Amino acid sequence: MTAVELAGITKRFPGVVANHDIHLTVRKGTVHALVGENGAGKSTLMKILYGMQKPDEGTIAVDGEQVSFSSPADAIVRGIGMVHQHFMLADNLTVLENVVLGSEKLYGIGAKARRKIKELSDRYGLGVRPDVLVEELGVAARQRVEILKVLYRGATTLILDEPTAVLVPQEVDALFDNLRELKAEGLSVIFISHKLGEVLSVADEITVIRRGTTVGTAVPAETTPRQLAELMVGSELPTPETAGSTVTDRPVLTVDKLRLSAPGGKALLDDITFTIHAGEVLGIAGVEGNGQTELVDALIGLKHADSGVIRLADEEITSWATRKRREQGIGYIPEDRHRHGLLLEAPLWENRILGHVTEQPNAKGVWLDPKAAQEDTRRIVQAYDVRTPGIDVTAASLSGGNQQKLIVGREMSHKPRFLIAAHPTRGVDVGAQAAIWDHIREARREGLAVLLISADLDELIGLSDTLRVIYDGKLVADADPATITPEELGTAMTGAAEGHLEHDETPETSADVSKSAESPEDEAR
Amino acid sequence: MKKFDKERVLLAVAGPVIALAVAFALSAIVLLASGKNPVEPFALMFEQAGFSDIQVLIINQASMYYIAALAVAIGFRMNLFNIGVDGQYQLAAMMAAIVGAHANLPAALQIPLLLLTAVLTGAFWSGIAGVLKVTRGVSEVVATIMLNAIATSVIGYLWLPTVFGVKVGNNNTTGEMHESGWIPGIDMGAAGEIYGLVILAVLLGIGYWIVLNRTRFGFDLRASGASESAAAASGVSPKRMVLTAMLLSGAIAGLAGLPILMGDTHTYSLNFPTGIGFLGIGIALLGRNSPVGIAFAALLWAWLDKASPELDFHGYDKEIAVIMQGLIVLSVVVSYEAVREWGLRRQQRRVGAELAAGHILGADNNTTKEVAGR
Repeated sequence: MTAVELAGITKRFPGVVANHDIHLTVRKGTVHALVGENGAGKSTLMKILYGMQKPDEGTIAVDGEQVSFSSPADAIVRGIGMVHQHFMLADNLTVLENVVLGSEKLYGIGAKARRKIKELSDRYGLGVRPDVLVEELGVAARQRVEILKVLYRGATTLILDEPTAVLVPQEVDALFDNLRELKAEGLSVIFISHKLGEVLSVADEITVIRRGTTVGTAVPAETTPRQLAELMVGSELPTPETAGSTVTDRPVLTVDKLRLSAPGGKALLDDITFTIHAGEVLGIAGVEGNGQTELVDALIGLKHADSGVIRLADEEITSWATRKRREQGIGYIPEDRHRHGLLLEAPLWENRILGHVTEQPNAKGVWLDPKAAQEDTRRIVQAYDVRTPGIDVTAASLSGGNQQKLIVGREMSHKPRFLIAAHPTRGVDVGAQAAIWDHIREARREGLAVLLISADLDELIGLSDTLRVIYDGKLVADADPATITPEELGTAMTGAAEGHLEHDETPETSADVSKSAESPEDEAR
Repeated sequence: MKKFDKERVLLAVAGPVIALAVAFALSAIVLLASGKNPVEPFALMFEQAGFSDIQVLIINQASMYYIAALAVAIGFRMNLFNIGVDGQYQLAAMMAAIVGAHANLPAALQIPLLLLTAVLTGAFWSGIAGVLKVTRGVSEVVATIMLNAIATSVIGYLWLPTVFGVKVGNNNTTGEMHESGWIPGIDMGAAGEIYGLVILAVLLGIGYWIVLNRTRFGFDLRASGASESAAAASGVSPKRMVLTAMLLSGAIAGLAGLPILMGDTHTYSLNFPTGIGFLGIGIALLGRNSPVGIAFAALLWAWLDKASPELDFHGYDKEIAVIMQGLIVLSVVVSYEAVREWGLRRQQRRVGAELAAGHILGADNNTTKEVAGR
């Protein structure tokens, strides 16, 4: 029996296609995992299923019946409920009050509601106490309240958005026990995650989404984390090979024993040590959330390290503020261009000033020089092929690829000595991607040192001169991009391999699962 | 490209025009509902604007509104909500009045001294909220509201005869300022005098525009307001920017009461105008934080204030002007957001359409570029 079936779902936003020809079938009484990198389109898809957004094309069927949702209320009537990654609970209300809030009509707010909560809690082993204040509950208990809230509203299909992101391992096990109870009672669960080990242990079926489209399905019993990783990152792109090494022996960036802790004391980065030479691209591979963001923040100066030393050429820059680092030649292509790279509602030429307001040609002394900045924006627009009708339009009206080309152009225009490129081609169409690779390669020839962070393993292997693997805040392995394969790198990314990775000449035989799963993706292209 | 410039003007004007039209319409409905003629009060008030003595009153009042609104707008430009302009300008005016009553320098020194006193007092008072925000994370909204209340108490204390107060009948004053601190007005004959410090308001408006649009600091401030995360990544220190903007806002706020203090009352008494700081919030909103927009908004507000007393003589309640001010603020908030979103979507569509039609910047040079290309 099919609980939910999505067919041919396509969703476009101005300038981007977030979802393209998505197919997803969830059977009753199963846990169905949806995996993919951040930005692959998982959230958009779930918003569509949960009625928060309408698809431009495609159909949704619930229990075999075609439906159309215009709000989450419609979805819950059909039995689809969402447990958000960030809990939506009122701390100063009790569990009972939180559960009935907004659904007072179902079972009232008194004894009947309490009985219902008790009954649900017992049936699914959730262990929820109705009269405790939510502020007294820990994270795992809050999550169970969220699940109960959804069940209380009559959901038979639950969407869990990265539910394990906030839990410690024992709590994860408990959650998985709860999920098994749910499916034993005939409910379905859609489990969104990018943690492959967890997905394989809890899911009955797995659908992989990459670059906005579903690229295949897998059955956990017959799949290894390595194959899943391979499916997630794919290898369909034009190869970003770099011709010949330009690496010199002149160190540009030296990081020594860098450590950064979360407020609780947990190390987000630990003992990070590396050197990037002029003309060298150092690639960092890793599953997202293993310290890449923190590393970038520490290098650009948004977060200051607890200990360790950062050196730019001969100068120690550990204590420098962000502005000084940028003035002294650190270029920055941020991971999230909307949050860190652009002023979306400002015109392009003001975005050209952003990050370089103290530098030529944007400023003369304390004064801005709008004329020169505008002139230079026109130059960037042409040299970097930014498709725009003019430089007075807002950054928000450009497509993602063109926004990114503007950022790359801006950063390259200041002749950086060291470039931080975090996911430089994420959400960018193939043409723009090749252009961005060209620019990085060209600058590398002229002696630029680059730190490249990417979820796209082909990009990493193709562009990098040296590869390091980050896992749980530590650089655990290194590899030679000339010989390593994405599969081997993927294994190290799950923490399964350490030290220097040697290319294994005897290919494993189980690679055919992913091969067959890749065919729908070819169609989609 | 020209098209987008025109578009921006259209968008800038559409918001206020819609808001005012809605506010007028709603006020007329209020009048109708209370069984009054919905048009005549407006006719009467427009007529008032034609009299030269009323015009002088409007300009004088508007100058103070303008300065207060600029102070609020500086905060708004970086998403800081300085509600404390009211306390800042009152305390600053009082300190200036006290210094003016006790120090007696030549006018060339006395006037700068008084201006500086007001600026420093205002900046000090807002700076408290700024320091609390950057060191302890206290919301500037809460802190400045509290500081308004404290300012009232401080003023009450300073008014005590044992401190700086001078009783004149039943009135609390700070004593008359020495004449060297008086600023002569611009004589308009029978219509009265325009405060000399109206010129200061104009200069502040010009300075505000230059600092925000033509300096690095102004760019950083606007970037912080547009996207805190992007500004931080661009090298702005968020804490320092919060503190600087707060100090600057308070410094300007400190000047808001001076046109009337140095041009007319020459003492800080119970009759000194209050509430200008709060009105400044609405005026800054209506004026979209732009120096020209705020000037129009301040004049509009002053007109509603100064033309409405006439209504009492014709059987209408002058409170209709207050109702209208409230309605303007409400409709402004709604219409600006609606126009902003509409404009953004419209531009995205148009950019898409222009690109599809091949109107790409530099498209004609493309042939040469291809030859020169890699």
